[in-house]
Amino acid sequence: MSENFIEIKDLRFSYINDLEDPPVKTEVLKGVTLGIKKGEFVAVLGHNGSGKSTLAKCINAINLPEAGGVFVDGMDTLDENNLLPIRQRVGMVFQNPDNQIVATIVEEDVAFALENMGVEPAEIRQRVDDALKTVGMYEYRLHAPHKLSGGQKQRVAIAGIIAMRPDCILLDEPTAMLDPKGREEVMKTIKMLNGQGVTIVLITHYMEEAAQADRVVVIDGGEVVMDDVPRKIFSQVEKMKELGLDVPQVTELAWELQKAGYDISTEIIDEDECVAKLAELLRGQ
Amino acid sequence: MIKDITIGQYFPGNSVLHRMDARVKIILTAVFIVMLFAAKGIEGLAVGIVFTVLTFLFSKIPLKMMGKSLKPIVPVVVFTALLNLFFIRTGDVLWEWRFLKLTHDGVDTSVFMVIRIICLICGSSLLTYTTSPIDLTDAIERLMSPLKKIKVPVHELAMMMTIALRFIPTLIEETDKIMSAQKARGADLETGNFLQKAKALIPILIPLFVASFRHAEELALAMECRCYHGGEGRTRMKQLRMSILDLWGSLFCMVFLAGVIAVNALVK
Repeated sequence: MSENFIEIKDLRFSYINDLEDPPVKTEVLKGVTLGIKKGEFVAVLGHNGSGKSTLAKCINAINLPEAGGVFVDGMDTLDENNLLPIRQRVGMVFQNPDNQIVATIVEEDVAFALENMGVEPAEIRQRVDDALKTVGMYEYRLHAPHKLSGGQKQRVAIAGIIAMRPDCILLDEPTAMLDPKGREEVMKTIKMLNGQGVTIVLITHYMEEAAQADRVVVIDGGEVVMDDVPRKIFSQVEKMKELGLDVPQVTELAWELQKAGYDISTEIIDEDECVAKLAELLRGQ
Repeated sequence: MIKDITIGQYFPGNSVLHRMDARVKIILTAVFIVMLFAAKGIEGLAVGIVFTVLTFLFSKIPLKMMGKSLKPIVPVVVFTALLNLFFIRTGDVLWEWRFLKLTHDGVDTSVFMVIRIICLICGSSLLTYTTSPIDLTDAIERLMSPLKKIKVPVHELAMMMTIALRFIPTLIEETDKIMSAQKARGADLETGNFLQKAKALIPILIPLFVASFRHAEELALAMECRCYHGGEGRTRMKQLRMSILDLWGSLFCMVFLAGVIAVNALVK
């Protein structure tokens, strides 16, 4: 399939700090070209300040390109008339769940986007219930958000996005502030949504999460430096370390073993696989 | 202890009061305040007390919650009581010591005032206990909507109120965290005179301000991502709908208002 749902063409973007005199311009994205197909699960990696969050904000027209272009479902983000349709198609979940919940009751927060879109009240009710059931928070619909755990709050935030019925969800480090249990809850939800055909763009610092994606894009210094399936990306352990990134623990283990002279491939990204390979290695000796 | 603040906190439930239309409740709260201030003597006030107690029972709000909302006004109540006790110098003298004089009228008025304040707080906090903040701001928005004609940004004001209410618990939590962090670095918040204590608050307030700006910025972004573009063309999931219940509620309230006025006239 050649038709991309999200098409980014030679995108350039800078932040301008006009508090300084003369204004200081920081170039963040230096010509990013990327295509994302419908239904794909893409993980975006990059160390702090590499421009990955900026890139995500370019996709749903929060940041507008300085040069080049971003097209969502064929719509140019530079056209102001496309703003609302684009944001309805591409939802965004942020790192801090507290800062994206608007209302004081879970279900009213989930309804927020739909109210903004002017959906009929009966339809809102239906979609809010569906969204809450999808993320498994239906029984908490009348709770106050501040009384929920981090993982639950983040799931409410995701419900608020999926109630819009978007084709794509951008998640900007959604698990960074969560404990392991919350992280697992959120990842499960993300994978389930992807299973239902929603395109996922996940920005993350956790390599184990990136390993679950269909495709990993590595960004460094405002440019795409690697773009492949997770297995191929993580097997290049030296290159990843050079970029200031980690690899999943199992890949690291395989790499260390390889360095010590054992015959093991670094194309290992999940635990079961690693166990099997290690067993094989032990039997061989 | 800092988390115990309950003003503006909704207590979910399904009582008669919960099911009433928020607009009607706001208007009736105003009527209730008028009722309390219309009462001239303790007899009229008794009618107000009965009304407060009855609505409280209807609301099915636990007594403990009520106690919590009364706690912060204790100093005001004590102050009012003392002021009335010693500054009203008419009537029979009950007790005298140097320049202090306690009179019969003083005791009467101060009891009257204290009961009135307590009723006032209880009755009006029932409004916020039984109405979700969104309903409340929605109702205020509707009640104020005629003001749109004279360019009052009604929707924006209502939105600001919702967000402020939403962030109260978050900011309280944050304050707690900052206080602990500063204490861990040796900040002394408890000792010293008033001025020193006030000064000790600066290292708490500044990070709190910075944090709230950061919250605001991210929230604005998240709202934009969810297609927020002002009040135009907005719908609501929960429509405010008046029912027969609201009629009964209004009638109930009016009967008591009439009661207060009648008692006032009779006692005279």
